Amino acid sequence: MSEQKSAATILGRRPRVSDRVLKALIFLSAGITVLLLAGILIYILVRGFPNLSWEFLSTAPSTLKKRFGILPSIINTLYMIVITLVISTPIGVGAAIYLTEYAKQGRFIRLIEFTIETLAGIPSIIYGLFGAIFFGTLLQLGYSILSGAFTLTIMVLPLIIRTTEEALKTVPASYREGALGMGATKWYMIRTVILPSSLPGIITAVILSIGRIVGESAALLYTAGSVTNLPANWLTHPASSGATLTVQMYFAVSEGRYIEQGFGIALVLMVIVLLINGLTKVLAGRAGSKAKG
Amino acid sequence: MSSISVKNLELYYGDNHALKSVSIEIEENKITALIGPSGCGKSTFLKTLNRMNDLVDGVKITGEVLIDGENLYDKRVDVTLLRKKIGMVFQKPNPFPMSIYDNVAYGPRIHGIKSKRQLDEIVKNSLIGAALYDEVKDRLHKSALSLSGGQQQRLCIARAMAVEPQVILMDEPTSALDPISTMKIEELMLTLKEKYTIVIVTHNMQQAARISDYTAFFLVGEMVEFGETEAIFSLPKDKRTEDYITGRFG
Repeated sequence: MSEQKSAATILGRRPRVSDRVLKALIFLSAGITVLLLAGILIYILVRGFPNLSWEFLSTAPSTLKKRFGILPSIINTLYMIVITLVISTPIGVGAAIYLTEYAKQGRFIRLIEFTIETLAGIPSIIYGLFGAIFFGTLLQLGYSILSGAFTLTIMVLPLIIRTTEEALKTVPASYREGALGMGATKWYMIRTVILPSSLPGIITAVILSIGRIVGESAALLYTAGSVTNLPANWLTHPASSGATLTVQMYFAVSEGRYIEQGFGIALVLMVIVLLINGLTKVLAGRAGSKAKG
Repeated sequence: MSSISVKNLELYYGDNHALKSVSIEIEENKITALIGPSGCGKSTFLKTLNRMNDLVDGVKITGEVLIDGENLYDKRVDVTLLRKKIGMVFQKPNPFPMSIYDNVAYGPRIHGIKSKRQLDEIVKNSLIGAALYDEVKDRLHKSALSLSGGQQQRLCIARAMAVEPQVILMDEPTSALDPISTMKIEELMLTLKEKYTIVIVTHNMQQAARISDYTAFFLVGEMVEFGETEAIFSLPKDKRTEDYITGRFG
């Protein structure tokens, strides 16, 4: 052995300025995002809350009685959510199952996926125009909740298909092998293993769809109409025109006379979305834990 | 209890000739080990024995695989019945995300068994058979994913046994496990061969030597040598087999 290497020191700690600057920037971005969100929520809460009253929540609006109530819109919104989801969830999940489990990868599938992506990017007012002409005029549904729900179905389908597809793709191939290796038929495997393990993803799709349904106004202006009457008959109500909360809010604010009430509606919308999300998550949690035993 | 007789089996993945005229007689109630370097076709061969290759696009198979005189690749074969008769355990433990009980009951349910008493019985016996019952009897309704890797693999063996197969195929069943779990599964296999015919793919030559009665050595899609394990490991006839088992390549 000739010369020995001098021992390298490890005591060279010094502040790294660029690291700190970047860290500060990242904290700042996160902070701005949270603050914006919290700011909006608080602002709506503060301006909306004073407008909430039992009358506001439990009556229909009436010009004669100089009353602004939102009960019909709440009911219409719930109708819209239920009808749209009842139609779109089975179709969307079915399409996603076809695309991931059955279809052979190839040009045809790429075309379908391209179409789905394009559909997802179309502005909602164009769906409204199409819905008004197709469901409203051609199928003679006129301005009606049904007409609106069918239009929204087309709108949320891409969302449900894409999200469900992603969920199905995360199911490990080893589950499929295992089930098929036991002699399960394809459909039995999908029903007993694939769908239960992708249920959280499907629930996410449903929650996101509810968000779009509740938040949509442009497409519904042309299709579901703007009537704010209480249902005369619960069964036939979907065939009549009905404004959802966002549509009523649009008119309230655009006429300029009910801006404060608009904030009231905004607050109610937020609460509804929170409630529905919470409820779906509880249901999903239960279904999920059942699947996992 | 069945023997399997494979005659001139050829398999292509597209243009890739993955199995070249393989012929082999697999004896009942014995453990047959398939060894060879990665990509030699041993797993592919194992999968032809219960038609798991059907899932692969562009696969073409010719030749015969006879079990009890019936050809697996006959058009009249019902794959569900075939896979009931020939079960499979995979390389990575793959219990389903459901309870231990439901995992074992999965196969019997496919084949139409609904009575709870019958299922309870099957689940218990299969778990005992897979040497797992004592470890899980108090938590049969807990998630199978809460088990350790070795326990999960024994659960998968129990799951395969629950449909009362005659043959169990194992695709490197211990390669993802620690030595102690591996030992347990090897012991288990030695008791299982009293009831089942076992075919196992393994990377581990000591394992093949320890547990198998017959060994087949594969190399680039060809079955180079097949015979009693002792003979293969002590007196290989083919130079390539000798080179492989003495660790000169692979």
